[in-house]
Amino acid sequence: MTAPPVATSDAAPVAAGLGRRLARRLHPRRRLQVAMLLAGPVGWLVIAYLGALFILLLNAFWEKDAFTGRVEPFAWSLNAFEDLIGNEVYRTITVRTLGMAVLVTATDALLAFPIAYYMARIASPRMRNLLVIAVLMPLWAAYLVKVYAWRTILQGNGLVEWVLSPFGISGPGLDELMNSWLVLSYLWLPYMILPIYAGLERIPTSLLEASADLGAGAATTFRRVILPLVFPALVAGSIFTFSLTLGDYITPDLVSDAKFIGNVIYDNSSLGNLPLAAAFSLLPMGIMTVYLLLARRLGAFESL
Amino acid sequence: MRNRRWLGLAVGAALVAGACTGGPGGTPAPSLQTEIGEGEGELNLVIWAGYAERGEVDPNFDWVTPFEEETGCKVNATAMTDSNNGVSLMQSGDYDGISASGDATTRLIAGGIVAPVNTALLSNYANVFEGLKNLPHNTVDGVNYGVPHGRGPNLLMYNTEVVTEEPTSWTPVWDGTYGGKVSVYDSSIYIADAALHLMTTKPDLGITNPYQLNEEQFNEAIALLEAQRDAGALYWGTYADQIASYTAGDVVIGTSWQFQVNLMQADNQPIAGVLPEEGSTGWSDTWMIAKNAKHPNCMYLWMNHMMSAEANGQATVWFGEAPTSPQACEYAESISPGHCELTHANDEAYYDKIWYWSTPQADCADADDATTCKDQDDWVEAWTTLRGA
Amino acid sequence: MVESRGARIALRIATVLVLGFLYLPILVLAIYAFNESRIQAWPPVGFTLRWFGEAASNPAVARAVTNSLVAGAFATLVALVLGTLAALAVQRYEFFGRQTISFFLVLPIALPGVVTGIALRTSFVTLGIDFGLLTIVIGHATFCVVIVYNNVIARLRRLPRSPEEASADLGADGFTTFRRITLPAMRTALLSGGLLAFALSFDEIIVTNFTAGAGTQTIPMWILTAIQRPNELPVVNVVALVLVVVSVVPVWLAQRITGGEAAGVTR
Repeated sequence: MTAPPVATSDAAPVAAGLGRRLARRLHPRRRLQVAMLLAGPVGWLVIAYLGALFILLLNAFWEKDAFTGRVEPFAWSLNAFEDLIGNEVYRTITVRTLGMAVLVTATDALLAFPIAYYMARIASPRMRNLLVIAVLMPLWAAYLVKVYAWRTILQGNGLVEWVLSPFGISGPGLDELMNSWLVLSYLWLPYMILPIYAGLERIPTSLLEASADLGAGAATTFRRVILPLVFPALVAGSIFTFSLTLGDYITPDLVSDAKFIGNVIYDNSSLGNLPLAAAFSLLPMGIMTVYLLLARRLGAFESL
Repeated sequence: MRNRRWLGLAVGAALVAGACTGGPGGTPAPSLQTEIGEGEGELNLVIWAGYAERGEVDPNFDWVTPFEEETGCKVNATAMTDSNNGVSLMQSGDYDGISASGDATTRLIAGGIVAPVNTALLSNYANVFEGLKNLPHNTVDGVNYGVPHGRGPNLLMYNTEVVTEEPTSWTPVWDGTYGGKVSVYDSSIYIADAALHLMTTKPDLGITNPYQLNEEQFNEAIALLEAQRDAGALYWGTYADQIASYTAGDVVIGTSWQFQVNLMQADNQPIAGVLPEEGSTGWSDTWMIAKNAKHPNCMYLWMNHMMSAEANGQATVWFGEAPTSPQACEYAESISPGHCELTHANDEAYYDKIWYWSTPQADCADADDATTCKDQDDWVEAWTTLRGA
Repeated sequence: MVESRGARIALRIATVLVLGFLYLPILVLAIYAFNESRIQAWPPVGFTLRWFGEAASNPAVARAVTNSLVAGAFATLVALVLGTLAALAVQRYEFFGRQTISFFLVLPIALPGVVTGIALRTSFVTLGIDFGLLTIVIGHATFCVVIVYNNVIARLRRLPRSPEEASADLGADGFTTFRRITLPAMRTALLSGGLLAFALSFDEIIVTNFTAGAGTQTIPMWILTAIQRPNELPVVNVVALVLVVVSVVPVWLAQRITGGEAAGVTR
């Protein structure tokens, strides 16, 4: 009934006739066209994604049997929320995770900027292509393997220990929260470099020349010309660094033994307390929704 | 916009309606299986790591490939980190069976996730030691819910180069002698180990069962764990994790299983394991079948297979636990002389000192109505608080 | 050039340092892939190629690669179709709720994967959907859509409308115009979006950990279980190294296709 917009190239005359008639019928009906185009993506989004989130949300309000761990559907209760609010540890974990997310975002922005600037404005086109490939490549090395490689670097008999021991300093070991900061900053760095690179590339050189002509030094040009122009791209990149840090449960566990928001959600879902996991997941959902709305206002969506 | 909101509500309503009819426990449970039919070609198991070996680590230890060849049931095994994880995996309905410890079995039975086992269909069941049959953790009102796999204690594992004298007590794990180089099992069930230690150091608390603790006893146990955490202890969830931290020198002493001791000694590491004088917590594992298992015949065939002399012998030698039958013992002795003696396979007196993992219950699992204890939820929450702070 | 010489030298040094940082663990894993010992201590003990042989002959690895390729292909296909449809609607038409659509499309990729993961898993369990390739593809496609969407919409924005108008003037109906004018013009966006979506699906673990079943393993799932078995660690390093080396081709290809256009959303 709903003809796809892409007809086959060797359509028989009958089908072509059908196609033309359908197209003619649709042509004035702009709203119907939009509806047909959006039916697939919106339908998928609503059913597969929003529907799933809805089911999760329902679970946050359902009772769980203390002994068996079974969730009783429609046994409405606020137990999960009471547990979350009543126990101080969840606040500690939230603050720790938010702090880490901000730290990682700031670190990545600082690390990404020089290389993005070099790629966008100084490197030759050939070098630029190579650098883009070089920045993208680590994303193809499996996430788990990169984290585990860092673990072997940071652990007791690893690279860091080996480098530091002649100086009598012992390595961080695996109990350090800052290990997470290091590894998370590492993991999401390419996601920050590429949008900033794209943003910097779009700045016309004439603007920078004009700024110099008007007597501005490098710092001033940076602060008053470059930064405002590349800010949306920065925000776009930060969406990833922030969100990925907020929900990560694998890295903190492997390299630092600490618990983040992601760990609470994962642990509770895999240890049989689904209502608590569901209730707690409302927190990162809420945080990221607010973040996204802010980001959209700052124009980041154009720079994604 | 209004259209979309309505659409969303309609979809939500449909999904909720689906929730009522689908999912585990929604369809009526099959009655006790009366015969073992053809294998369905696949078998999804939740196991303790090391319980389903196919010769990848040591070609001499492979009890999965012969099973697959004989029955045509391809085995997919998922390792659980602890019993809580195992119960949760079983709740997803994706698995046919589990090698459950005592703290999982009762919950699985009460939750209606596992089905009774018709032991008459299993030819090897007759061989199992009588002392392992019809135990409270796998038999309810005379109805059998699983077949034994093996049992063992949690051991004190230590680095022989750093801990030069064999420890006779759990004290060095708790008193900070080794600072942060302590390896602790990352599960709420470990609270029982703290309680066990208090049974010797603070007998006035009156702890009679490390899994059933009243408020005061519980809080003391948590205080002990907090001290251990603050000293910098490292928590292990998978045996690989623990082995890596011992090898790296990040820990030198802690709680472990004979499995890790065996693996590290085979790798020529300076590691040894010991059962301290106070006794220890431990576990007794049972193979259970899921209520709505998609491959029930394969699961029955597996349960019978795992009670056979070769499979049980190999599996228990590999993991370092006690075999479940004289025939398995005989086989185990042939590949590892002295194994049955070492693991006290038929020595019920030995296992009196071992507190099998059990589920904490609000009614203290005793006849006295007046007593109340911390329940499973309290334990998990306390552990989350401990680890999260 | 606007930048001073000092600034350029400083930036060059910074670039080298950052690249070094990016490649340090990859170098380490490459070294361990040839390491004689199973134990990943530093410094490495000896040189051997045997792990490559073990990886090549490991049936679980082969199955995982197949599953990853199949799941990636299907997820990319779904993402291409849905992402293009959505991009066309948002870019070419004015309607109420336009902003909201792009907001909701970003959601699956912006909300933490652990939330998406347990939401999907809970739904599958509740609805009685069996875990397997289907559930994996559903999970992947959902956040791959936005990648294609972003690439296509960026391309559509830059496409002049005149060829399409000319086509209509010449008597072509809407479908023909799309098929013969718009679609070919979008080709590069589709290719780069598709490649990025495939890459994302191939390496995905956070959501896949929840949506894969007991019987189906993608490469990241295999790595997750293998990491928990100390004896398999060297094989894991080999697999990861091969993945990095092999992936030079699609990455270079994607770069050629976009030909200097700023890279779109990459995840």
